[in-house]
Amino acid sequence: MKKYMKNILFAVFLLLPFTVEAKLNVFACEPEWSALAEEIADDLVKATSATHAMQDPHYVEARPSLISKVRRADLVVCSGAQLEIGWLPMLLSKANNPRVLPGKDGFLEASTVVPRLDIPDSIDRAQGDMHPQGNPHIQMNPHNIARVAQAMGKRMALLDPENSERYASGTRDFLERWGGAIAVWEERALPLAGKRVVCHHTSWIYLEDWLKLEEVATLEPVPGIPPTASHLSALLAELGTDGSGADAIIRAPFQGAKASEWLQERTGIPAVMLPLTVGGSDGADDLFGLFDDVLERLLNVTGVTGT
Amino acid sequence: MKNQLMHLPLVCVLLCCSGGFAQAGQGNELDALREEIRQMRIDYEARIADLEARLDNAEEKEATQASLAQEAVAAPEPYEPEPYASAETVSVARDNSFNPAIGVTFQGQAWSYSQDPEDYLIPGFPLGGEAGPAPEGLSLAETEITMSANVDDKFTAMLTVPIVIEEGEVVVELEEAWVETLALPAGLSLRMGRFFSDIGYLNDKHFHSWDFADQPLVYQTFLGSQYIDDGLQLRWLAPTDFYLQFSGEVLRGDRYPAGGSANSGVGSTTLAVKTGGDIGLSNSWLFGFSWLRADAIERESGGEDDPLLFTGDSDIFIADFVWKWAPNGNSRQQNFKFQAEYMWRNEDGDYTLPDGTEGPWDYGQRGWYAQAIYQPFPRWRFGGRIDGLSADTPAMMWAGSPLYPVGNNPMRYSLMVDWSNSEFSRLRFQYNHDSATQFTDNQFGLQYIFSIGAHGAHGF
Repeated sequence: MKKYMKNILFAVFLLLPFTVEAKLNVFACEPEWSALAEEIADDLVKATSATHAMQDPHYVEARPSLISKVRRADLVVCSGAQLEIGWLPMLLSKANNPRVLPGKDGFLEASTVVPRLDIPDSIDRAQGDMHPQGNPHIQMNPHNIARVAQAMGKRMALLDPENSERYASGTRDFLERWGGAIAVWEERALPLAGKRVVCHHTSWIYLEDWLKLEEVATLEPVPGIPPTASHLSALLAELGTDGSGADAIIRAPFQGAKASEWLQERTGIPAVMLPLTVGGSDGADDLFGLFDDVLERLLNVTGVTGT
Repeated sequence: MKNQLMHLPLVCVLLCCSGGFAQAGQGNELDALREEIRQMRIDYEARIADLEARLDNAEEKEATQASLAQEAVAAPEPYEPEPYASAETVSVARDNSFNPAIGVTFQGQAWSYSQDPEDYLIPGFPLGGEAGPAPEGLSLAETEITMSANVDDKFTAMLTVPIVIEEGEVVVELEEAWVETLALPAGLSLRMGRFFSDIGYLNDKHFHSWDFADQPLVYQTFLGSQYIDDGLQLRWLAPTDFYLQFSGEVLRGDRYPAGGSANSGVGSTTLAVKTGGDIGLSNSWLFGFSWLRADAIERESGGEDDPLLFTGDSDIFIADFVWKWAPNGNSRQQNFKFQAEYMWRNEDGDYTLPDGTEGPWDYGQRGWYAQAIYQPFPRWRFGGRIDGLSADTPAMMWAGSPLYPVGNNPMRYSLMVDWSNSEFSRLRFQYNHDSATQFTDNQFGLQYIFSIGAHGAHGF
């Protein structure tokens, strides 16, 4: 019996939760939040993102691998405002992890700490993929990133009080670097004010708000419905063929290039792919690179700089 | 300061006047007046000196502040974003603020058969539960009402009520009515009530999320389309890097393939293990193995009017595999899904035929299906499926009865194409070449699925 007990104990040990790992497990729905967690807390956290820059965060499968990640998470950080409505609720309900359910300290919905834009007055699915709490793509205004950083630092300190001072100083340090970068970006972006853009999906309104761009049309007839031939023809008629209808056509990496290239060919308006999050382009290797690269590409495509 | 200086002209006027009075030659009064004026002058001079001093002081201060401000520019305050306080405030908590999430799924169909669906039977595999072909011609499939909400901080609840038309009658059924824990530790959760059993892959999928308009033959014959029962379900998710979930259920055993609520109302038990993961960014998979032990007392199958009765045990083992591919995990544009399940069952007990013949039964049967769905571009999906069944040959006493298989193993081939305007609407065409029945049946189906209101996230 004693011999068996040893084996049984060993088996039980193997099955024990691996919580001995001291790092705070951060499960981010989008890469910008896992990147931010690392900026703030560096090696105090182990951050993973459910999606990557080539994925549309609206449409992700509630994959088994994601369920087991949520199971072991100490903090779940998501954009929210129903961006992840198609898969996050399923992950949370299958992961059996009460610490990260909405309302708990372990669940941070980033869109609740920033001023949201485009909050609809009325909700009707005939108008497409509606977000009753406003447009969820909040990460494209760097001031929002800073607001989320403050909230995230506080949550980390709550969840891991032993290291609270390090989270606080990490947040301060990040905000200092981030504030400096914002000043540089805002200076560089001055010539972009008033430029008119055509967007594939309404993914860019926080960027437009920040840089004072004007969105003149979207390639999707209504949000979430892929571009149709009839809608594109109507856009062509509206924008004209002499390239004066707008300054740029922009899309995210995961949005098919066909529609914007079709429109570029016929209207003469240059099309450009902009990274929507960290990893969306070669330059966007971290949060700083993301905005560097977005500005670079916008300045180039609108002819302010470059060729 | 200005007001005090304004007094100076007034003093001058006073002095002039007093001079005038002096000419009048009133000596004593004049002296007194002079003294008074002298005092006033001293007083005002003092005040003026004071004012000048103050002015100098103020100028000095201003200069210091300016230089301080200059220093501040050199060393800026640390950056902080403008604080944002949510503008939303709950003004009045209304009675309906806690209403559950409500959704309705509308489903309808039209089928055409080359054989009469009323006579549909697979020799050797009597259909149980709600299995069987949809009615010929136009008909409504289930109209599904779902409601769900958290009960409190420890429990959540879900209700699914399909409304179906059975032989012209509107029937409200109870498909799911369960409460589940939210706060159990160690990766555990407990579900109580009526629910889809966790066995197999397709068993717990709602009708509206199927990739074909009907269930595989093995589900129809072994599980009565889907095994739903009342009881308890305990799930444990292992804290491993890859997905590993164990679940076990104890159930009343009142529904096919159980029946009669055997063992004092604990007629069925199940065990299941599921594991899965990703391969690169584009591939993910799920594998499951499950076992159902159902005790049956006078379980009905075959025709509703003159059913076969079975008393005994039904053991079903299921292996299921799902593989999904989407370029970069971006299933919106393009995706592929392969799924296959294999079931083996052994039923051990006694069968009673409608004519009263009774005899022992202890035979094994097998069934399987494999299907693939491909979405080459947004909105359109194309799929194919192969179904098969096979059975041990029973004793001659069952020859000629619905329990006795004839000829080759039953097979069915299906093709489907569907179009989805959004994730809330889908139109589908399906063709089945069904040689599982006595005479080959060509089946053509059209189907619609529309959802309004809250629509829960779908599982993998």
